[in-house]
Amino acid sequence: MTTQDKVTLGQVNSNKVQGTFFSRHHIDLPLLFGLFAALCFSLFVLYSASGQELDMLLRQITRTGAAFLLMIVVAQIPPRLYAKASIYLYIVGLILLILVELFGDISKGAQRWLNLGFIRIQPSEIFKVVMPLCVATFLSKTSIPPKFITTIGAFIIVGMPTVLILLQPDLGTASLVAVAGCIGIFIAGLSWWWIIIGAGAGAAALPVMWNFVLHDYQKQRVLTLIDPSSDPLGAGYHIIQSKIAIGSGGLYGKGWLQGSQSQLDFLPEPHTDFIFAVLSEETGLIGFIVLISLYCFIIGRCVLITLNTKDNFERILCGSFTFTFMFYIFVNIGMVSGILPVVGVPLPLISYGGTAMITLTICFGMIMSIHTHKKTSFFRKE
Amino acid sequence: MFFSRSKKRKDRLVFSMKKTKHNSSKTKANDNEKDEELETTIFHSRIFICVGISILMVIVLFCNLYYLQIISYRDYQTRSNENRIKVIPVVPPRGIIYDRNHVVLAENSPVYHLVLFPNKQVNTEITIRNLNELLSLSLSEKDIKRLLYESKTRKRFSGVEVSNFLTEEQIATFAVNSYKYPNAQVVANLKRAYPFADITTHTTGYVSRINQNDVKNLEEAGKLKNYEGSTEIGKLGIEKYYEDYLHGTTGSSKVEVNSHGQVVRTLNYIPPEAGRDLTLTIDIRLQYHAQKIFGNMKGAVIAIDPSNGEILAMYSNPSYDPNPFVRGIRSGEYRRLLNNPGHPLINRATQGGYAPASTVKPLMCVMGLNENLITITGSFFGPPYFKLPGSTHQFRDWRAWGHGWMDLYRAIEISADTYFYDLAYRAGINRIHDYLDRFGFGKKSGIDLSEESLGINPSREWKRSRFRQPWHLGDTVPIGIGQGYWTSTLVQLAKAHATLANYGVTNTPHLLKEMVDPVTLEVTPYHQEEPEDSLKVKDPKYIEACRTGMYLVVNGPEGTGRRAFFGAKYKAAGKSGTAQVVSIKQGEKYNASKLKVEHRDNALFVAYAPFKKPRILVAVILENEGGGSTKAAPIARSMIDKYLIDLYPNGYMGDPDPQVVKFGMGGTVLLQ
Repeated sequence: MTTQDKVTLGQVNSNKVQGTFFSRHHIDLPLLFGLFAALCFSLFVLYSASGQELDMLLRQITRTGAAFLLMIVVAQIPPRLYAKASIYLYIVGLILLILVELFGDISKGAQRWLNLGFIRIQPSEIFKVVMPLCVATFLSKTSIPPKFITTIGAFIIVGMPTVLILLQPDLGTASLVAVAGCIGIFIAGLSWWWIIIGAGAGAAALPVMWNFVLHDYQKQRVLTLIDPSSDPLGAGYHIIQSKIAIGSGGLYGKGWLQGSQSQLDFLPEPHTDFIFAVLSEETGLIGFIVLISLYCFIIGRCVLITLNTKDNFERILCGSFTFTFMFYIFVNIGMVSGILPVVGVPLPLISYGGTAMITLTICFGMIMSIHTHKKTSFFRKE
Repeated sequence: MFFSRSKKRKDRLVFSMKKTKHNSSKTKANDNEKDEELETTIFHSRIFICVGISILMVIVLFCNLYYLQIISYRDYQTRSNENRIKVIPVVPPRGIIYDRNHVVLAENSPVYHLVLFPNKQVNTEITIRNLNELLSLSLSEKDIKRLLYESKTRKRFSGVEVSNFLTEEQIATFAVNSYKYPNAQVVANLKRAYPFADITTHTTGYVSRINQNDVKNLEEAGKLKNYEGSTEIGKLGIEKYYEDYLHGTTGSSKVEVNSHGQVVRTLNYIPPEAGRDLTLTIDIRLQYHAQKIFGNMKGAVIAIDPSNGEILAMYSNPSYDPNPFVRGIRSGEYRRLLNNPGHPLINRATQGGYAPASTVKPLMCVMGLNENLITITGSFFGPPYFKLPGSTHQFRDWRAWGHGWMDLYRAIEISADTYFYDLAYRAGINRIHDYLDRFGFGKKSGIDLSEESLGINPSREWKRSRFRQPWHLGDTVPIGIGQGYWTSTLVQLAKAHATLANYGVTNTPHLLKEMVDPVTLEVTPYHQEEPEDSLKVKDPKYIEACRTGMYLVVNGPEGTGRRAFFGAKYKAAGKSGTAQVVSIKQGEKYNASKLKVEHRDNALFVAYAPFKKPRILVAVILENEGGGSTKAAPIARSMIDKYLIDLYPNGYMGDPDPQVVKFGMGGTVLLQ
């Protein structure tokens, strides 16, 4: 059985492109192109959302450049090394989370930042990368689908950081991290029994969660989602203004830099979490279609890469990254357009901010690494 | 193989088992390959499920956006525009009120308010407390609580008025410290001010804050839109009567605002149409003179130009300062005005219903002559009292011993009651009612004020509906001397006498001289109704005779007003009146000192001058002051003197060549 026979989907063939510059440097050209297009798109939206502030734009360009460099560096490292490092990264991450719990900076009523003197980091952000990595490593140790005991082990891996992040309290990040881990377990072939039982238990736990676990502000967010007009100047204000911005954009939008909701300060945080509302107001439904096409291209490329992986670790890791990315998109747009509660999730690749960008580019770097190192790892396994 | 609970996987297991059976001889490497194959199958199916979920997510997002942006587009577009576009009403400046010589009676003077625009960045309570301390606004805890409540319930973009009427010093202090209070502003706007305060209250009236009742009225009249942004509305007097003209038309400014309510740019501006400036017919100097001579007496005076109905002065005493009403009068202050025994809030010139008493005798003569009940020269013997046939009730003359023989002239000159008892008795109530109606009693005089009473022009119907009693003959008799059921307002009395003084031609008394548009300077004079011959006098001599009678009151040897008008530089005519407030029992004598103050007689006097072509007619009423000729006549004289001699000395002052007129019982008089 040859490599050629195994390749069932897509034109991915490392042998053919072995000689090119990009393949030699472990860069996947289509993915790079997709990311680059999305980032260019983001700069236009960001310029408008920041109130036409060039400083902010330049800062974002610098950060993006740095993040891309980081992505290329990450792509150079073979996936096996990540698998080996995952357990250490996980432990370091947990320690940082515990430190946050003890010494974290309080911002907006929650401890989320850890000041290490020279840098302020958000350890919960680390787990967006480390969680799939760790789950993939753990599950690929044994055969898939995972055995009962392995599944429990995987859930413990997912559970520990999630609970710590929940305690900060940061329900949004906790759920994102948990979902990233769960996607990994699901791809690994989680038994449907687990899913049914889990869904049932989740539904049963909802009232308990509501009464004993959720903070008042979190409840408020959920209630606001159900009826934003109940408190139009308070908690519902953001959702109402955001929906007005999106709705008033119509099919073609009001034109770049012409959005009254965005330009006249009616939108909350227009350059970060609510950037999608700016985009929708100024470019309308067409803008959404362009954006979602870009995303689909990126995701499609990642799915192809995922399908072409031969190793369980690579499969799980690649799949989790890809679908977590999709999940971020869904949560952000759903939140901004009023079908999900307000959680602090930026729109991937478009929102302003360095941390989220770096997290994403690391993920894409790993996907590139998996794709371009595939042959080596395959041979090694054989 | 591994233990599995999944049906799907069992199937797959069976499938793989079959395969295994077929290839039972294969090596362990083959087994591994099978494992790998299974793994790939599971993995691929999971990936496809994820892709399916992803596609579902995209579809959900797309549907939601389609709903928002395509289906609900109009709705959200409207809401977006409502967010950013605000129409600010631009209130027109209210018209200024001048007197006939262009002296300002009501003006718009700038006042400064401290307004707070609460926002989320600044703590409103701390700001209010700091400002209170800084500017010593003396806000109480209660005030602060009220302001905080207002700041929460206010309309979007509207501020909370922390303090109004800032002093210059407070404005300066705030200006220096304003950087500390970015959301506080000193806002200047115009407030109505009445520089002559209580002198003009009953004529100009005042404006005050628009209340719920006003809003309801404006809504019913369809004018509410024009009052967006207006805070004041005319409540009394000229301010109320000519509200529509004074107010003007509200303009609007369509602006784009940001989420903090700051104006970003103006999209459209419709300028307001300024209210019209009003010039009144009154002369503030005469008005002021009236106040001065009234002193503490209760009563009212109207000076009117009989030739055109222009009211030269109208003053009711006691009066009050209207300016506190503009600011919003305190309840205690208002209660004091309301409970004041002098009733300053009532305009006695138009709202007070008084028995006109003897002042109406010349008017009764017009009726008598026109109805052929009396003749000019016909003589009458004036007994001490008049008795109805078959009755013992005595209608006494004011002079206990009567007046002896008299003709019409003397009857008016000496104000012989019996003459008029007799006349009224013979005329009957129906005819009297008809003539009083012709003179304008019992109906609106047409003066441009809303505060006007009708008075009572008694009739059989009136008595029946008012008291459910038939009219008695005895009710008719006192009507002859302006008593009984008859009540009149001062303005009605002045109008009736002006008709007589103007040779039977009626002019509507009015306060407005002209309206001026401050922008186009277009002048609209007062529209006087076409004068009509309401009296329908058969012979002009009748009127001449009655006027001459009034001339004799002032100039004749027995005239009741001769003392008051002694030495006047012009020839006046007049008639006194003394009205009983309570009836005096048969056989009893009126003794002012024994009666309660509020039961003493009202003094009235009507006079006009110059006699031939009168330029001014003055009607005076003094409540509970006694005799008309002794108390009211000097006031009338003083008003006429002030007007003819002091203020307008160059006008017509009477014919230079006097004519000798024979009258009455063979006497003659120089008629000027």
